Amino acid sequence: MMSGEIVKSLIVPAHPHPVLCPEKNEGWQNIRDAYDEARRQIEESDADLIIIYSTLWPSVIGHQIQADPNPEWVMVDADFHDLGSIHYSLRIDTDFAHAWNKANISRGLESRTVAYDGFPVDVGSVVALELLNPDNRIPAVICSTNVYSNRSETTVLAKACMDVVKSQGKKAVAVSVMSLSNRMFTEPIEPHEDRIHSLKDDEWNRKILEFLSEGRLEDIGQLSRTIHNQIRVKKVVAFKPMWWLSAMNDNRNDLTGEVLAYEPIHGAGAAVVVLNPESNGTGDKEYDEDDVEFYGGDRDVLDSKGDEPAIQVSNSGPALYDPVEGKNAVNTNKAPKPVGAYPHARREGDLIYLSGVGPRQPGDNSIPGGPIKDKNGNPLDYDIKAQTRAVVENISRILEEAGSSLDKVIDVTSFLVDMDRDFSGYNEVWAETLGKIGPTRTTLAIRALPTPIAVEMKVIAKA
Amino acid sequence: MAKGSIVAGCLAPHPPHLVYADNPEQNEPVSEGGWEQLRWGYERLRDSLKDVEYDVIVVLSPHWQTYVGTHFIGVEKCASKSVDPVFPNLFRFNYDLTIDVDLARAIHDQAKSEGMSVKMMENPDFRVDYGTIVSCHMVRPEWDKPIVSISSNRGLSYYSVEVMQEMMLELGRSTAKAIEESGKKCLLLASNSLSHRHFVTETNPPEDMSKEHITSHAMHLWDMRMIDLMRSGKSQQIINEMPEFCEQAIAESDGGALTWLLSAMDIPSQPATLHGYGTIIGTGNAIMEWPCHTWGEQ
Repeated sequence: MMSGEIVKSLIVPAHPHPVLCPEKNEGWQNIRDAYDEARRQIEESDADLIIIYSTLWPSVIGHQIQADPNPEWVMVDADFHDLGSIHYSLRIDTDFAHAWNKANISRGLESRTVAYDGFPVDVGSVVALELLNPDNRIPAVICSTNVYSNRSETTVLAKACMDVVKSQGKKAVAVSVMSLSNRMFTEPIEPHEDRIHSLKDDEWNRKILEFLSEGRLEDIGQLSRTIHNQIRVKKVVAFKPMWWLSAMNDNRNDLTGEVLAYEPIHGAGAAVVVLNPESNGTGDKEYDEDDVEFYGGDRDVLDSKGDEPAIQVSNSGPALYDPVEGKNAVNTNKAPKPVGAYPHARREGDLIYLSGVGPRQPGDNSIPGGPIKDKNGNPLDYDIKAQTRAVVENISRILEEAGSSLDKVIDVTSFLVDMDRDFSGYNEVWAETLGKIGPTRTTLAIRALPTPIAVEMKVIAKA
Repeated sequence: MAKGSIVAGCLAPHPPHLVYADNPEQNEPVSEGGWEQLRWGYERLRDSLKDVEYDVIVVLSPHWQTYVGTHFIGVEKCASKSVDPVFPNLFRFNYDLTIDVDLARAIHDQAKSEGMSVKMMENPDFRVDYGTIVSCHMVRPEWDKPIVSISSNRGLSYYSVEVMQEMMLELGRSTAKAIEESGKKCLLLASNSLSHRHFVTETNPPEDMSKEHITSHAMHLWDMRMIDLMRSGKSQQIINEMPEFCEQAIAESDGGALTWLLSAMDIPSQPATLHGYGTIIGTGNAIMEWPCHTWGEQ
């Protein structure tokens, strides 16, 4: 439980030249060699999953995730069809694909899986997997880029992905398939004529690579819009892979980076970059973007979300309050709003006292596992394990805001509204999480809680 | 040899929803119907063309996007399965079509002689884009005419709407000249929607027409303005207003197909016939016909 992680992150180019004709240009061969080096590094790691976010697979209906266990076809590039064809036969981790899709929906995103014979896997994903994983030793998953998504949506997409990486205990490689500057020559050129399209593009590319070699991924994420305006052709998909990749790495700025190659491909900036999670020892980030956990954008414009949304947002219950500020108060927008005038926590001496914490989610107030009753008071089926996990995650967020952490919890009082039904599931999640830390615990059966939830915890932790 | 001619030019939008809703046997998915106003519009267009003789359909689709010039399919027989990467649930279409390679090459050569960046696509594994297939199928479901498939060079992406239009105006002139010299009678299709802002959710089922409408009033106003200009024969004004239309309506004519079509018809002052208008997942779509065969010598 909670043992998965990103073992390596990659930025790789999408054009087919390194697959089909590396020998025609020294730079294309350098890219091919760098791809091969990245493949060796992946093989030497204990990676068991490759996650592809490709800018060359645009989507409109939210995000799409490939879920065909073995997509096979022949890929021909729309522009560079004269270079030849790539026969692909990929191995997809369908369990992960479906779980990611479910996690997306749980976090408020529009999302669906695709599994159709003949589906045209995009050139970027084909090129990346052909070179990084030619024998399909490691299963992969591929996600589209929504043409309308902003940073919030892209960040939540990554967090949903990480939910599954952690819950399935994956050792994953995260791959952004993209060019840096993407301005190509608009006329055919001879291979020996290839160069970065303009000096300005080249200077920006080198600045990006300087940041990445220093492990400053989040800085690139925050510069994304500027970079897009400076060196990107206005295609439908912007420079958003850096948002995704940064969020996959907890928006860190202290990764260990290595630029394996930087070369032109038909004028565009092609680079192979490896980012490892080991800290380079420098300071971390100044994170000044909204750090959203759930997507609450205008994605519900058709008033239809399908038959069975994975979570149901409670539209009943008491009014919500902004948490009370004051001396020693600890409050965070990463925890659900209180149902009364109190703070999320108070720090007193060396101890932190948390107000009762339930599973409601910050932002949309939804309840993982579903509410226990509808707005008319009719009982609903719900998942006590999902609710309990959400409680523990909320506790963790509040403690982190206080400068503490989950492993410093020393005493918990739990409240269940249906002891007979829920104790077993609650106890199982407890054993997987707080039970491993070992705080004292008291569990009480109560008649009701203010919102339609089944479990709440009162926590005391060390600061 | 008699001069070739353009018998008609059509704005023929390509949302796969229309093929999905028609349930042809080549398409795997099935539906309960939907988007009838547009499908019946295509019926009216087919009826209008049924007595018009032509040899080949020439189509420019924004879903074969090329950045290194304009490309033409140069493979005579193209047969494969087209799966829409955006709406794979709606469109998985087995196609078997014939390309008029001679005419494709003639347009290519003429455009090249005018200084354009052009390229023939001769890879037999290439899959024809779904925009081309949808437009051709809705106009001529018998698939008994060869086609010329032209890519959408993304001049707008690299430069501006103005530059894109200059390129497409030249491509249109080259197309008309090559057709004239070929002696063939041609039907031209510009495969694009008008306003092009999508909803990002999909109803269940997708053909639930109670949820289908334009995404905003501004998009509606732009669509109606463009249709009215077409119906009034004000082609030059369409070209003049194209930059604002592309920017404000996120118009799919940014791919150049409409400008190419108008140019090939020599910027007609004759009115176009509106056969149908409707929205598809929020985008605005009009089926228009310029019946050039009725115009006589200009």
